[in-house]
Amino acid sequence: MAASSLEIQSVTHRYGTRVALNDVSLRLQPGRFNALLGPNGAGKSTLFALLTRLYRVQQGHILFNGVSIDRHPRRWLAQLGVVFQQSTLDLDLTVLQNLEYHGALHGLSTRTIRERSARELEWLGLADRLRDRVRSLNGGHRRRVEIARALLHAPSILLLDEASAGLDVASRRAINNAVRTLCHERGLTVLWATHLLEEVQPEDPVIILHRGQVLAQGSGHALCEAEQDPSLGALFERLTATGEASA
Amino acid sequence: MSPIHYLHAFTGVVKREFWRFIQQRSRFLSALVRPLLWLVVFAAGFRAALGVAIIPPYETYITYETYIAPGLCCMILLFNGMQSSLSMVYDREMGSMKVLLMSPMPRSWLLISKLMAIALISLLQVYAFLAIAWIAGVEPPLLGLITVLPALVLVALLLGAIGLFLSARIRQLENFAGVMNFVIFPMFFLSSALYPLWKMRESSEWLYWICQYNPFTHAVELVRFALYQQLNLEALAITLGCTTLFALLAILSFNPERSARTMPARG
Repeated sequence: MAASSLEIQSVTHRYGTRVALNDVSLRLQPGRFNALLGPNGAGKSTLFALLTRLYRVQQGHILFNGVSIDRHPRRWLAQLGVVFQQSTLDLDLTVLQNLEYHGALHGLSTRTIRERSARELEWLGLADRLRDRVRSLNGGHRRRVEIARALLHAPSILLLDEASAGLDVASRRAINNAVRTLCHERGLTVLWATHLLEEVQPEDPVIILHRGQVLAQGSGHALCEAEQDPSLGALFERLTATGEASA
Repeated sequence: MSPIHYLHAFTGVVKREFWRFIQQRSRFLSALVRPLLWLVVFAAGFRAALGVAIIPPYETYITYETYIAPGLCCMILLFNGMQSSLSMVYDREMGSMKVLLMSPMPRSWLLISKLMAIALISLLQVYAFLAIAWIAGVEPPLLGLITVLPALVLVALLLGAIGLFLSARIRQLENFAGVMNFVIFPMFFLSSALYPLWKMRESSEWLYWICQYNPFTHAVELVRFALYQQLNLEALAITLGCTTLFALLAILSFNPERSARTMPARG
């Protein structure tokens, strides 16, 4: 099956008079780990709220496989897996109960949910925590449960908003690697929003967002070459310091 | 999405409410203690002061405890309805509401499922209360315990719908105390739950009319008549109408942007 495509065309979003996103256009590379790099306040979470339809698109278009998500919103949501910046797990329920609730909301039967939960948690190294309360899990494990939950309904696009925020280096690396595996093995199109450069590899497609504007997009290598910057870090620092879009 | 998918979503919402209910044993206990206190303590004190004449659906003189039992059943449903409002606001503030909003099911269906789930949980508590009330001497006809079920379901839906509508209007968890003062207490006290309306009319004509316009009065009367195997058509029509109205208002005023906006957007 061909990987899914996602394209954002000239999206502008305002909170009252404050412009959070200004004429943002970007295209995700299908089946790849796409990094959305931006400092705090860049507009990443607003972009996620638009992609997940928590906010209505005020101006511009979001296209999934070439079709506006406004035309078939439910079909779009069925294809979308999301890990939000702030945990959305119910701490008082067990891991399995959280997964069952999510799966049911996507129309899955209990049997299917249990089979898939076991498979996803096994792969994420949490098979033995199925019956544990989420409250008893550490931050890294909770994030893994959220990833398992996001995969339960077999989406073709996975969005992760600062999924590694607040985790130690080892947990961050483990989660980053796990998500990369999903691209290689399942052909998922991933959008990984972060402000941490060490989570991005030079060959990754990168989008740099700053103050609601896309300053650059392309592979890390290509961007550095074109801008004659020694590293992605140097490019990121320069662009976000000046706020000018790359050529 | 086929009907079976809708059914799975419905089951999922009901199961989650049930799991959360089991988690909160104190919620179950307080839901029972509150009406039992009214039944045992308040009614004992007022029994002598408040004589109840023979009024439909009762065919003979009844004890005050018997009179207030249907109102106390509705009190459980009322508090549960408002509790659901609180849990919706809590879910919104904690972010777990996003899981619901990310579902590909129609939001109206999800809200209806939530409403049904609240109603089912409330019914468990009402029947537990009726069992204890039976031991305390409130003995409606056995068949009445079955005929009252549809009335209880309808009233639970009405109060759940009011709760969901309020949750869409409440911006923060802290504002919930206002709901207690401005919704629950006036609704309960300005109704026929504790005293017949003719008694109220003897004291104040305008209070009587406020009680008459209170949907909770008609909900209580619907339950009272159904518990004695009778149908109060006027109460049924008003309760049904108000349920439809508030369910529609709850669906229409449910705004996902507000749910998302309560979450800090830092990125």
